[in-house]
Amino acid sequence: MRALLQLAYLVAAACFIIGLRRLSSPATARSGNLISAVGMLIAIVVTLLDQRVVSFQWIILGGLLGAALGAWMARAVKMTAMPQMVAVLNGFGGGASALVAAAEWHRLVQPLQSFPLDTEISIYASTLIGWVTLTGSFVAFAKLQGLLPGQPVLFRGQHAINLLLVLAILGMSGFLLASGTEPSVFIALNVAAFVLGVLLVIPIGGADMPVVISLLNSYSGLAAAAAGFVIGNHGLIITGALVGASGIILTNIMCKAMNRSLANVLFGGVGATASGPGAAGKGGTARETNAEDAAALLAYAQAVVIVPGYGLAVAQAQHQARELADLLAKRGVDVKYGIHPVAGRMPGHMNVLLAEANVPYDKLCDMDSINPQFERTDVVVVVGANDVVNPAARSSPGSPLYGMPILDVDKAANVIFLKRSLNPGFAGVDNELFYNEKTSMLFGDAKESLTKLVGEVKQL
Amino acid sequence: MSDSLVTLIVIFVLAMFVGFEVITKVPSLLHTPLMSGSNAISGITAVGAIVVAGGGATTLAAVLGFLAVVMAMINVVGGYLVTDRMLQMFKKKPDDK
Repeated sequence: MRALLQLAYLVAAACFIIGLRRLSSPATARSGNLISAVGMLIAIVVTLLDQRVVSFQWIILGGLLGAALGAWMARAVKMTAMPQMVAVLNGFGGGASALVAAAEWHRLVQPLQSFPLDTEISIYASTLIGWVTLTGSFVAFAKLQGLLPGQPVLFRGQHAINLLLVLAILGMSGFLLASGTEPSVFIALNVAAFVLGVLLVIPIGGADMPVVISLLNSYSGLAAAAAGFVIGNHGLIITGALVGASGIILTNIMCKAMNRSLANVLFGGVGATASGPGAAGKGGTARETNAEDAAALLAYAQAVVIVPGYGLAVAQAQHQARELADLLAKRGVDVKYGIHPVAGRMPGHMNVLLAEANVPYDKLCDMDSINPQFERTDVVVVVGANDVVNPAARSSPGSPLYGMPILDVDKAANVIFLKRSLNPGFAGVDNELFYNEKTSMLFGDAKESLTKLVGEVKQL
Repeated sequence: MSDSLVTLIVIFVLAMFVGFEVITKVPSLLHTPLMSGSNAISGITAVGAIVVAGGGATTLAAVLGFLAVVMAMINVVGGYLVTDRMLQMFKKKPDDK
């Protein structure tokens, strides 16, 4: 029976792998998600048949409650709020792993037997990763939702306190491994891990959230794998490893796209000193344009690229962007979207928003495919993006952005910035492109500006 | 170190390699659904939660298990549904609305 269960988990794991494999193309992705969900259903159903499961009231109650909450969240969430949603889901996954570890610990110390060393180590690992994932994710959620300030929260001795906490956690785990079953120490261990998650994420700024969310994604997988070691379940281990790998890859891609090391993102506190040298107001005069002129420029162009950034998400202007693109396309203009890997607050955020606005996905170009095309582009419309198009990343070795891969919009014939002001972006660096002679600025809220542009193009 | 632990570690390491191979093939276009989808998968902890919640050990274990089941099921159901919601939006041709 037990072997049969493990085989069923293997089938589930195979479904997950096939599901992930099918995510390599948008055409097969949806069916892949379904296959993955079927795998999950198999895993859950066979677990209910496990002979260790003797009572069902808690399972049924918890299952129904959790499923209802999850379904409601998935339905209610706006596409612009997807980073928060993923953070919350992550957090719950981590929390579940930590609770499983706590319950196992409680069960194993009950008859006061000495329990196997490897199980015990796994329990402490699962506790640590699980709680850090839970509280870290919820802090990330609060920052993205605007409940906590998006800027890094820094205080004196932050790193020292974190280090002390880590040492305390290691010390308590060591104590429990060596001598035993003191519940108060185990509870203190849980509390310390809980607090650590908060402290680790609080100094990280809003624009670094793509990295943090990817990393927490990886943690939630590792937490599941650790829980698998605790209860000796192959399915959990395989699955946890898959998710862990996915999070690590995404974290790596995000760090590369920002030209920063993971350590720098986690401990650097970038953005806290946004008013440093090179802030707004330097470097010349920017040319302001109005909707009428900008619309004329766009309508008589041959090739237009729209570059969306976080400002588009904030203004929820994806539908207006698509409307403008459709109008231009009707006039025979070739319109594409150039998407930087870290545009938005999570990997792939802009693609989801534009897909929601019904933009066909073959118009969504990633950085490598759009960059060679800018030279042949007549007009680039930058909507609520800044740092990811700043040529300082290529040309000024002194800039904090130097070395970051950017979208080469300055190679196009004309650039129109849709922006609220000349203020620098998250990195606090002035953008010389604002003062370039081929650039014009259309100030205002992204949604309003796009709506005006649509109106003007219609009249032409 | 017991043989069973070694087996578990072998499984873990090999699965990591499979993960790297499969996930590097996912285009950046689909990175958000990848995150929410892999997130849903990590809700597999539900399996552990069910064993704990239904183990009939003590009241405390049952309560911890219950909370774990709630959290894991939010993760699983929310993750899969929201991923599906996103993926159905990715189309090659725009709808006529």
